[in-house]
Amino acid sequence: MTRPRQTPTPIRSRRALAALALTPVLGGCITVKAPDKPIVIELNVTIKQEVIYRLAGDAAQTIDKNAGIF
Amino acid sequence: MLVRDNPVFRTLLTAAASLALATPLPAGAQARDPVYAAARAQGQVGEQPNGYLGFVTAPSPELRKAIEDINIKRRAVYADKAAAAGATVEEYALTSGCLLIAHTTPGEKYQAPDGSWQTRGAGAPLRDPRCP
Repeated sequence: MTRPRQTPTPIRSRRALAALALTPVLGGCITVKAPDKPIVIELNVTIKQEVIYRLAGDAAQTIDKNAGIF
Repeated sequence: MLVRDNPVFRTLLTAAASLALATPLPAGAQARDPVYAAARAQGQVGEQPNGYLGFVTAPSPELRKAIEDINIKRRAVYADKAAAAGATVEEYALTSGCLLIAHTTPGEKYQAPDGSWQTRGAGAPLRDPRCP
């Protein structure tokens, strides 16, 4: 009455299967090394430049229209 | 004889009218104050990156007054326009400073990002890296 090999797979062999399935994925991984210099994001500078670019056209007109003080 | 029928008067009137038509001035545009214009040409004052005029050499009391007056007027204009554009006065002034330094003509003075006074040459001036 025993059903050989049709019974649920023992937990141990399930794990082995899972590990086998992951092998190709892990093989494709790229190694990333941490940079030796600290990463500095100069947020203040970036925002300011954006603002300056946005205001440039307006400011150019203002200068033209108020030539006496520029 | 009425004044307006006088041929001399009529000629003058026509001349004045054509002169006004020939030189249309945009609203608000005036010439620079002569004291400022002279000081600028002589390199006594220059454009700073912050959008205001600065003294390259120690100014006379008269010149100091004239330049401070202009800077106060500049600040008022910056404040007005900055509010309309949803920006701070400093942001608007800094943007103007970029443009004003770019607009200097050879021989005029401007302040480089390191704070040193430079004489504008034929090439591009030294400006803040954020300038457009």
